Amino acid sequence: MTSQVVENILQALAAGILAGATYGLMCVGLGLIFGVMRVINFAQGDFMMLGMYAAYYLFASAGIQAGFGNVVGPYVAILLSGPLLFLFGYWIHKLLISRVTGQRMAGLEGEGHSAQLILTLGVALVLQNGGLIVFGSVLASIRTPLSSSAWEVGPFWGDDISIFVNRSRGIAAVVSIVAMVALAALITRTRMGKALRAAADNPVAATYMGIDIDKSYRVAFGLGTAVTAIAGGLLATNYPFHPYIGLDYVIVMYAGVVLGGLGSITGAFWGGMTIGLVQQMSTLVLPTQLQNAAIFVVFLLIIFLRPQGFFGRAVERT
Amino acid sequence: MQTLRSLALPLLVAAVYACIALVVTNSYYQLMLTLVLVWASFGLGWNILSGYTGLVSFGHAAFFGLGAYTTALGQLYFDLTPWLLIPAAAGVGGVAGLLVGLPTFRLRGHYFALAMLAYPLALLYVFEWLGYQELTLPIKREAPFTYMQFTDPRFYTLVALVMLLAIVAITRAVERSRFGMALLAIKQNEAAAEAAGIDTLNWKLRSIALSGAITGAVGAFYAVVLLVVTPSSVFGMLVSAQALTVSMFGGVGTVWGSLIGAAVLIPVSEILHAQLGARIPGIQGVVFGIAIVAVIIAAPEGVYWKVRDRLRRAGPAAAPTPAAPARVDLAAPSTPARAQRPDAWRTGKVLLSVKDLSISFGGLKAVQDVTFDIYEGMILGIIGPNGAGKTTLFNLLNGFLCPDAGEVLFDGRNMVGSKPHVLCQAGVGRTFQIMRPFPRMSVRDNVRVGAYVRAQSEEEARRLADDAVDRVGLSAVADKVAAELTTKELRLMELGRALAGKPRLLLLDETLAGLGHGEADEVVAVVQRLAREGVTIAIIEHTMQSMVRLVDRFLVLNHGAVLADGEPEAVTRNPQVIEAYLGKKWVAHADA
Repeated sequence: MTSQVVENILQALAAGILAGATYGLMCVGLGLIFGVMRVINFAQGDFMMLGMYAAYYLFASAGIQAGFGNVVGPYVAILLSGPLLFLFGYWIHKLLISRVTGQRMAGLEGEGHSAQLILTLGVALVLQNGGLIVFGSVLASIRTPLSSSAWEVGPFWGDDISIFVNRSRGIAAVVSIVAMVALAALITRTRMGKALRAAADNPVAATYMGIDIDKSYRVAFGLGTAVTAIAGGLLATNYPFHPYIGLDYVIVMYAGVVLGGLGSITGAFWGGMTIGLVQQMSTLVLPTQLQNAAIFVVFLLIIFLRPQGFFGRAVERT
Repeated sequence: MQTLRSLALPLLVAAVYACIALVVTNSYYQLMLTLVLVWASFGLGWNILSGYTGLVSFGHAAFFGLGAYTTALGQLYFDLTPWLLIPAAAGVGGVAGLLVGLPTFRLRGHYFALAMLAYPLALLYVFEWLGYQELTLPIKREAPFTYMQFTDPRFYTLVALVMLLAIVAITRAVERSRFGMALLAIKQNEAAAEAAGIDTLNWKLRSIALSGAITGAVGAFYAVVLLVVTPSSVFGMLVSAQALTVSMFGGVGTVWGSLIGAAVLIPVSEILHAQLGARIPGIQGVVFGIAIVAVIIAAPEGVYWKVRDRLRRAGPAAAPTPAAPARVDLAAPSTPARAQRPDAWRTGKVLLSVKDLSISFGGLKAVQDVTFDIYEGMILGIIGPNGAGKTTLFNLLNGFLCPDAGEVLFDGRNMVGSKPHVLCQAGVGRTFQIMRPFPRMSVRDNVRVGAYVRAQSEEEARRLADDAVDRVGLSAVADKVAAELTTKELRLMELGRALAGKPRLLLLDETLAGLGHGEADEVVAVVQRLAREGVTIAIIEHTMQSMVRLVDRFLVLNHGAVLADGEPEAVTRNPQVIEAYLGKKWVAHADA
């Protein structure tokens, strides 16, 4: 093996881990929503798109660019978009999603899953096309001077091999991991987190224990939206985006969540990480057009070999 | 015949539609009329799988796209006519359905839905990579009919209308046959369907193959109409979403759903696009999305079911319901029946022989070394406290679970490892602790699902079902929808469903649960009558009282093991049994 090949592999590995960390965060948002209330949310990609535009406009117009500068500013804007999207998700659930979930739907075939699906499809359509009307079809991006510079890791083994890590991607990965850890702390340590987990585990018993599960669901939906939105903002510092971008990512998110095991939040992170790695590593052997096909093939393989995902439990009842 | 009659209304609607199409001269509106039919057909194709089995597919674009590319490539490279290519595309779609179904049906629920998402998207990238970014069908002015390139766009609408009618007829035929019944049963409860003798995997594969074939043909026609095929226009996620949307908007599991959905949604979105698309790009999607959200909140199961349920509620309230009590013959001989019954089973042969049956879940030994025999014609009562392993034992007997060790000999044959539907064919029927009716189907149809395992024809199935309904005493309510029944009637209906398959051994899991005293007596009377008619019965019950006068023999389980096995009188005095049920201190009472 020549050193060039080794370098390529390491470079792809590094790129995969960086992309994977952000994908992981994105998946965690969806995984949280699915894990707590078992709703398949097709609009999650569009929530992410809203997060991107929220960060974009916050950065450009809310005095953040002036106040924090071009290097720190984008990240401040991204973190601020979180609470904004939390409120958005909270209200979307309160106004729409709650009407097709829970007790109200218990008597329907499949407990109203079709209704949830199609409702979120409708929301996705409104957001995509509303986005087109409001934001226009021009590609947008959050520019940071970091995206055109890199850290050099190495050289290793003499002077032959070294890896370049794009700074803004590196920071995006670090922020993703920090956000993930913060979310984990929120869920495991706080009273609200306990209520969420209880509502996810056994909604009926949780009600008997005095937990307002409707509120828990709203909070979970809001949190999931916010987390995905932050991941979106981080992506936006590296890739240009448009109102229809949600469609591309909703698939990645679902692949990641299923890989990790539906219902497992840590699993969702590792699922997203796997997707990132597969996507970047496949460039070594496959033409770029097949990069995304590779994701789906791996997705299918894992589903067949381990349908409960990495972290899910196999549950079957008669 | 019935299928033909059920097509009368669709034919009428089609005739009106054709008349409208013939007067529309504007080619844009004519295209819209064609597309409504295309998407309605696509919705129906999707419905065959997802509507009837309840396995929601996000991936029907895979079949649609393969169909479209089959036509485009066939015409480009082999100069074939669409009249051949559309059936060929149906073949491709059907085969793709089988190939997709075989591995994917191992998954359930959300996993199935999401796995289906991956197929069209993987195909999308593969076709892009193959260099088929945009295929334009060659123009054949010299032979417009051979190549389906009509100069008058009204012909497209007519061809589409014929195609749609064919698909409606297929759907109707499926709905009314054992095929549709099997799919509905799977949708309701796959386990119960297996237990009723339905080979679920087999029917699901047939369903996805048919669904894929229809979708492939529709995709092929779509390519012919639009003349241009791109990967994202036929494999894209919006394509799958379109099928799902028209179907769910209109109502799943019915022919009318997709028709209503397409007839409303496609013109709305197209007109919005045409009128406002230039000034406000995206307004079409916004209004479309809002319409979907609004309808789903008002009618979560789709427009058709909402309207139908409303009409139903308004309708039969006025009609007088026939008086129910027509079961005098059953109610009378309730207690003395057992006494009258000759103990024929004592001389009968062993029907089911269970030897050293064991299964554990992790560390829990749910059933351990259970051995017993059931003689032909006997009623065996299986009792035991909560968690004693009673239902697990049934699950082992009818094939839901495979034992770790031991034998189950049914009529001398070892049935260990057979699937539930195989056991059902062999003659083991069962009911469930938790009732699984098909709420929108009539009692008769509910029971008919269980009859197909024995019936060779529709006619025979109907006869077996009617017979079973009669035997459980539900003839008076046979045409009622299951959702309107009382608990007792539902229990009897489940009994009838198991009975319709002419089982030799009937496993009844807590059939008396949730019934009042008088009601329990009625059900007991039915069970007794079945026994007199020669059905061998094993019945699980929680309480001993109602059982003592019903059964010939008791099997008492505790912690997965046999605690006692014997005649009722002996078992009820057995100190170990009393201890397991009531605690140690009661043993002394019983002795005294």
